[in-house]
Amino acid sequence: MATAISSQRHTGSRIKTWWTILKISLEERFVYRGDFALGTLMRFLPIITQIFLWYAIFEASGKNRIEAYTANGVVAYYMLTMISRAFSSMPGLCSGITLLVRDGEIKKYLIQPIDLLGFLLITRIAHKLCYYAIALIPFAFVFYLCRGFFESGWPDVQVLCAYFLSLILGFLLGFFIEASLGLVSFWFLEVTSLIFVYNLLNFFLSGHMFPLDLLPVWASEFVSLLPFQYLAYYPAAIFLGTIPPDQIWQGLAVEACWLVIFIIIARVMLNRGIHRYSGFGG
Amino acid sequence: MTGYKPSYFNVFLTFARNSLVRDMSFRTNFILQCISTISWTVMNIGFYLIVFQYTDSIGKETGWGRDEFFVFLATTWIINSLVQTFFMPNAQQFSELIRSGNLDFALLKPIDTQFAISFPRVDWAALSNLLMGIILLGYSLFQLTTKPENPLILDWRAILMYPFYIVCGTVIMYSVMIILASTSVWLGRNQTLYNFWFYITNFSRYPMEIYKVGWGMALWVFFTFLVPVLLVVNIPARIMARPLSTMNSQMWQLAGFAIFATLACLFISRRIFVRALKSYRSASS
Repeated sequence: MATAISSQRHTGSRIKTWWTILKISLEERFVYRGDFALGTLMRFLPIITQIFLWYAIFEASGKNRIEAYTANGVVAYYMLTMISRAFSSMPGLCSGITLLVRDGEIKKYLIQPIDLLGFLLITRIAHKLCYYAIALIPFAFVFYLCRGFFESGWPDVQVLCAYFLSLILGFLLGFFIEASLGLVSFWFLEVTSLIFVYNLLNFFLSGHMFPLDLLPVWASEFVSLLPFQYLAYYPAAIFLGTIPPDQIWQGLAVEACWLVIFIIIARVMLNRGIHRYSGFGG
Repeated sequence: MTGYKPSYFNVFLTFARNSLVRDMSFRTNFILQCISTISWTVMNIGFYLIVFQYTDSIGKETGWGRDEFFVFLATTWIINSLVQTFFMPNAQQFSELIRSGNLDFALLKPIDTQFAISFPRVDWAALSNLLMGIILLGYSLFQLTTKPENPLILDWRAILMYPFYIVCGTVIMYSVMIILASTSVWLGRNQTLYNFWFYITNFSRYPMEIYKVGWGMALWVFFTFLVPVLLVVNIPARIMARPLSTMNSQMWQLAGFAIFATLACLFISRRIFVRALKSYRSASS
């Protein structure tokens, strides 16, 4: 009985701790809201050149469709990858972990009863929530202006649910991939170039650069075996209906498996890394 | 003191040598940087190879077929690598100098301040992009000059004009960058400098013909005459990729205007820079 109560109290205080962390990070983030909103709006500028580029490509090709896409469809695709990336990109996560290890600030997490990965995840959620709260206005504005590019309109409810699920899974997958990458710094102090290579591969293989269906068959089959596509391509493809509805859930299951794999990798690396780590001074 | 004239060229050589020494002390990092730059260019080619599987040219009857466009792409890389090697690290450093108040040291030096902040760091690794650009340029020109029908005949005037316009383009890009960096005097800090730079120069990466439809005309006018980044790559690439005899009068006028635009950009950026220095109030002390 007594243990049940104490464990209840324990959970209670733990939730309170996480809630406090979330609140502090939210307040920290809201300081720069003006800069944020403007920055988000500017991020749509490259889409303008993409629109003109793809219209020129379609016009010259003389076709209405390239694979599954019309000219408008390609633009819609690029806009949707912006949303996918808003969930799955983790600016500063990897380099932040590297700094923690290199400067020795990681000691703080070893002493305090806070789990490092949990703490980073909560601050990241706060960061993202705050980002969405502010970015919603510019996003809604641009999407309203560009609604004509979405030729088939809103997908049905089931697909929409799958879409949101894929975004959330994409966020978690992005977090744990980059966290694992950052934890490499227990072994190598300098991982900047590793991050760069990862970002590069990510840009190409996640479908951020172009719709993955445009790849030759052998290449797209290979790319579909990798976890990158879930970070940008997959949610967009669900929304646009490029993926047949009966295959959506299968894909999400594979994504969930990737997520579990990367959670395990990050955990194991953190445990091993802490054992390797030696901190000096105060 | 009077009459003392620093040798700008020798100072620049010293800057370049120091940077090289610095780069060479972290050799693995240097090599990795080169590799990542090169893999970026490879991905770019991959993207356009995919695009050209579905179409013969970018835009209908614009003349930008695959090999012509690769000349364009190579020109983009060459100009970008020059900007990134010589100016980008310095422009980023400049806003940091303003924020930290370390600009005082640059102001005290017996040398033109714009020179002193524009050149101290040379990013040698970014030159690997120049190499890739030259390789791609050579390859696509070979393809164009040896194709069975209508082979391109290289004109000596084009070969002379190409490097000239590359320099003009680089100067325009440098001027835009200095203007952007100068704004950090008023803003205190300009962290989004690189983003802003990327968004503006993004317009220069494609043939200007693609903008000449509908409301794209407004963009075309804006980025040709007001912020002339569209001229940067388009003029040299057009001169090199296709015979000069097929160049229409508008393009010739734009080529003439590009020279004026280069001088104007340089002049305006200098004015803005000097004005920014006047508003500079050192930090702390």
